[in-house]
Amino acid sequence: MRLGSGAFAASCVAIEVIGVAIFIRGFFPAPVRSSARPEHDAETPAPEPVAGVRSNWTKLPPPLFSKVVIVLIDALRDDFVFGSKGVKYMPYTTYLVEKGASHSFVAEAKPPTVTMPRIKALMTGSLPGFVDVIRNLNSPVLLEDNVLRQAKAAGKRIIFYGDETWVKLFPKHFVEYDGTTSFFVSDYIEVDKNVTRHLDKVLKRGDWDVLILHYLGLDHIGHISGPNSPLIGHKLSEMDSVLMKIHTSLLSKDRETLLPSLLVLCGDHGMSETGSHGASSTEEVSTPLLLISSAFERKPGDIRHPKHVQQTDLAATLAIGLGLPIPKDSVGSLLFPVIEGKPMREQLRFLHLNTLQLSKLLQENVPSYEKDPGFEQFKMAEKLHGNWVKLHLEENHSDILLGLGTKVLRHYLGALKTLSLSLSTQVAQYDMYSMAVGTLIVLEVLALFLLSTPHVLCRKAELDVPLLSPVFSLLFYLVFLVLSAIHVLVCTSSESSCYLCSLSWLAVGAVMLLVSALFCAILSALIRMVIDSTLLKKNAADASSGWSEVNLLLLLGTVGHVLSLGASSFVEEEHQTWYFLINTLCLALSQETCRSYFLGDECEPQRHSHVEQQCVNLLACPLQDSTSYNTPESGTAGKRVSLLEAQGSCKWWTVLASPWLVLLCCRLLRSLNQTGVQGAHRPDFSHWLTSSDHKVQLSGLAALSLVVIFMLVQRRCSLVSKVALALGLLGVFCYRAAIGIVQFPWQSDNKGISKGIIEARFVYVFVLGILFTGTKDLLKAQVIATDFKTKTVGLWEMHSGLVLLAALLLRPHNLPVLAFSLLIQTVMTKFIWKPLRHDAAEITVMHYWFGQAFFYFQGNSNNIATIDISAGFVGLDTYMEVPATFLTVFGTYVGPVLWASHLVYFLSSEGNNSALSRSCFCYALICSVPVATYIVLVTSLRYHLFIWSVFSPKLLYEGMHLLITAAICAVFTATNQTRHRRA
Amino acid sequence: MKDTDIKRLLYTNLLCVFSIFLSIFIPSFFVDNFSVLEAHLTWLCICSASVTTVNLLSYLVVKPNVSSKRSSLSHKVTRALKCCVCFLMSCFLLHIIFVLYGAPLIELVLETFLFAVVLSTFTTVPCLCLLGPNLKAWLRVFSRNGVTSIWENSLQITTISSFTGAWLGAFPIPLDWERPWQVWPISCTLGATFGYVAGLVISPLWIYWNRKQLTYKNN
Repeated sequence: MRLGSGAFAASCVAIEVIGVAIFIRGFFPAPVRSSARPEHDAETPAPEPVAGVRSNWTKLPPPLFSKVVIVLIDALRDDFVFGSKGVKYMPYTTYLVEKGASHSFVAEAKPPTVTMPRIKALMTGSLPGFVDVIRNLNSPVLLEDNVLRQAKAAGKRIIFYGDETWVKLFPKHFVEYDGTTSFFVSDYIEVDKNVTRHLDKVLKRGDWDVLILHYLGLDHIGHISGPNSPLIGHKLSEMDSVLMKIHTSLLSKDRETLLPSLLVLCGDHGMSETGSHGASSTEEVSTPLLLISSAFERKPGDIRHPKHVQQTDLAATLAIGLGLPIPKDSVGSLLFPVIEGKPMREQLRFLHLNTLQLSKLLQENVPSYEKDPGFEQFKMAEKLHGNWVKLHLEENHSDILLGLGTKVLRHYLGALKTLSLSLSTQVAQYDMYSMAVGTLIVLEVLALFLLSTPHVLCRKAELDVPLLSPVFSLLFYLVFLVLSAIHVLVCTSSESSCYLCSLSWLAVGAVMLLVSALFCAILSALIRMVIDSTLLKKNAADASSGWSEVNLLLLLGTVGHVLSLGASSFVEEEHQTWYFLINTLCLALSQETCRSYFLGDECEPQRHSHVEQQCVNLLACPLQDSTSYNTPESGTAGKRVSLLEAQGSCKWWTVLASPWLVLLCCRLLRSLNQTGVQGAHRPDFSHWLTSSDHKVQLSGLAALSLVVIFMLVQRRCSLVSKVALALGLLGVFCYRAAIGIVQFPWQSDNKGISKGIIEARFVYVFVLGILFTGTKDLLKAQVIATDFKTKTVGLWEMHSGLVLLAALLLRPHNLPVLAFSLLIQTVMTKFIWKPLRHDAAEITVMHYWFGQAFFYFQGNSNNIATIDISAGFVGLDTYMEVPATFLTVFGTYVGPVLWASHLVYFLSSEGNNSALSRSCFCYALICSVPVATYIVLVTSLRYHLFIWSVFSPKLLYEGMHLLITAAICAVFTATNQTRHRRA
Repeated sequence: MKDTDIKRLLYTNLLCVFSIFLSIFIPSFFVDNFSVLEAHLTWLCICSASVTTVNLLSYLVVKPNVSSKRSSLSHKVTRALKCCVCFLMSCFLLHIIFVLYGAPLIELVLETFLFAVVLSTFTTVPCLCLLGPNLKAWLRVFSRNGVTSIWENSLQITTISSFTGAWLGAFPIPLDWERPWQVWPISCTLGATFGYVAGLVISPLWIYWNRKQLTYKNN
């Protein structure tokens, strides 16, 4: 069976999309979340269990503490407090730990050990996962149930001083706050003085209930000079004096109130031996947790050692201590020593509330919750608790009551521990089987691509696919049986939930069929390569001699970009990589144009005539004076000038200047939208244009861009399409004017703002009209095989329709991006690709690079927050999922799509039969290599510090980009099919 | 080709390397707390001046290019002025290229221009010393198979390695290690300097290693 390389590439990319989908489904774990909504804040707490009758205690227990002060020292490690450094630099704290009225713990923080997820863990008791980011759409506001929200709802007054991350996470929660920025790591003095300066004033007043202080200086010192720096000692002494001041003030106030106060000293994460944090080493996840209160007075001789707990346990403890409901998503356990001094009935009540909350969470997230040992233990404890209350209400004071109470306590504590562990492991698990199957499919497709590359690029553009060979049929069935056996074995033996195991047998059979077929195809390609080894050597020799600088740059740039995906900073700043590659490409093209026009070819006959003329001049030289030696040189210069004029001086200058013009356009565009993490705080033109003071400038720029777009696109359209394009672009401006972003010159600001639905649909009509005209021309070219120009015009009209749709969906300040994209396409086509005669592979890679660069020129990044959701609402009065999804995806990927459609048009207009097929193959290959490599990288880095904040959004982007690539390859194949039939 | 020529080339290049090291260490005797990173602009000026001086002196002493038969003073002055104009044009051209690559247009103008001066010192000054302000000679040397002597071959290697070093020096800028050398243009100037030094060291060894295969038109 003979298959075109375009069809082959499109099929492979479609299979790869399936593999990536399976991988992504296995990579993102299902979240452990409560299904109850925040509006149920008024939910009544569960009553106390009593055997036989209903209890009269249906309210929450009263609070244990009147005031709570939380001193959060960033990057505080457990040995800074409990180790030798604590003894040396924190004497007051050490006294409290060893002899004072306190309980000390070593709280373990789960990765990623960076501040924002840790603050969430401390306040919600849950383990923040990446799916939360999708749910929140990367909003910094914490939407989950948390202690501070409960405290605010209960009317408690909260004051905050410290890291401004809290102000973003908990907006409008604080009656008084002062945030310090954590951006300047070099500041470790002022950042803490700004927190401490409020202390005297606040401690004297008594009008607050919760005071939170977040000190950043220790973390900054760690980043600067590491945990063994002498600055650490000074900072710990400073923190110790702060703690002493707070504790002394609280003690003096405790004498005046009935309830004692609670002082919490904790760290959000530790620090490694290099002073950094974010990973999962022991030094980074171990934080001290010190609870100080006069309620924890010690008996003489009572020695307390720090116990190991989880950081998520603080939320439940604070909720109980303040008399609040435990947050719904908390997986933490109550710190039992806090309530150990309370009467037995209250202790059991607290434990019951905590365990009940955890069991509800388990019921909602684990289908087989009844088999969980923690759940069984909870049921038994609850039953015993009811018996105990019944005995207690009968005023029985026997030893049976005391013994039964102790037994119930043990059961509750055991259930808490087991339930908390079950819920924690639920979050951290990856579906390794689905990830393995997805990775296998993707790597098989990549291997098939790489094995087919020499065959497609060096020889004809078609592939022989031997499907009916008996040996391969036997191998196919054997591999299929082996894979099915592996599947049955994995699904029956694994206890965790697996996505592939939950699929139907038909779907799994199809996946295994696919894997087997790919394996056989790889083997056949490998065998053919071995058979053709001599031919490959010849081709390698030809290819090595044919490598030019541009070819080498395109290859090294692609490899370099793929390798850079392994670094989190390069993923965050991937736009810099693409800008850098585009700039280097322009300089390489400039060098190539200079060389082709200045040096020419050494085999030129004019060089020969030049040598002859040199000889003639040398013969005449003895007869003249030495001052006339310059005459041959000036003659040569005159000849060169005349030679250049013969080639057309105007074209000569434009060819030399066009790479620099492209460079200038790219430089202007990168100032338009500032994207990425490092430059997020810098101003850019789009912010300036979209502010309300510069509406006139925005209107002028948008109108000018639309005119430029029309001038660049209309020259190859038919007359009907020209009129439709002009009216469509006018409709785009009217739509933006209707929704109030731009304005007409004669229009006043008082005009009413509408949704612009009529104007948008007006443009949609023209978009569909142009696309229909283009499709009609393509079908006509298919019927009339000799009409070559009709096909070219049809493809250009398809491109024009996409341009018009892009103009409608892009924001007005991004219309220059579209105009510059079309300008660069025109300049490159006219002055670089046609004169220099690049081949299809080079042109494809250049188009791909420019498509990626324009994706980022638009303001996109590898952050989900930069997706422009508003594109999905253009022309729709209600939310419709399918059109909104399509419009949002198209609006995001305008750059790659427009450059791909231009690539199809350009290669079709060149008239080469195999160029389009080879180009489709190259496009699929260059899109598949990053995806396959990135999947392997993400699998190996799945416990990396930034796996959820940096690598996971990029994985979603790669999957979506691969889906778009599959659609583009399908269009390539359809266009090539018409060409094939004509031939 | 003689081994003595390669040795002279090696000594000349090692002298350039030595001048760069001197520009790092000598100012620390005169200025307290001098550092390449903290006083980067000062170091750029010193490095540029020392490399230019050593290039001029070495080419005057060794004289690898003896093709000029005119020894009149006006001709020499005209030639020197042309060289200076070429150098300045090279600095401005590199500055424009850096801005097009993404360097800030308004901020850090002095830093960007000094980086252009240093890179011109590593690339344009040796070209001017060896080839003069003759554009045709430049194009001949930097085209494929265009060199005619070991000096031009060394010039080709050092120029390419300087540009490559500056190009590779841009890679740490997006990383978030927050090191003091990771800002524009320090990482690029350090990359260019390392590239230049590497080219100076590698080119005599490479020419010596391939001296049998290398055949020049004039020999």
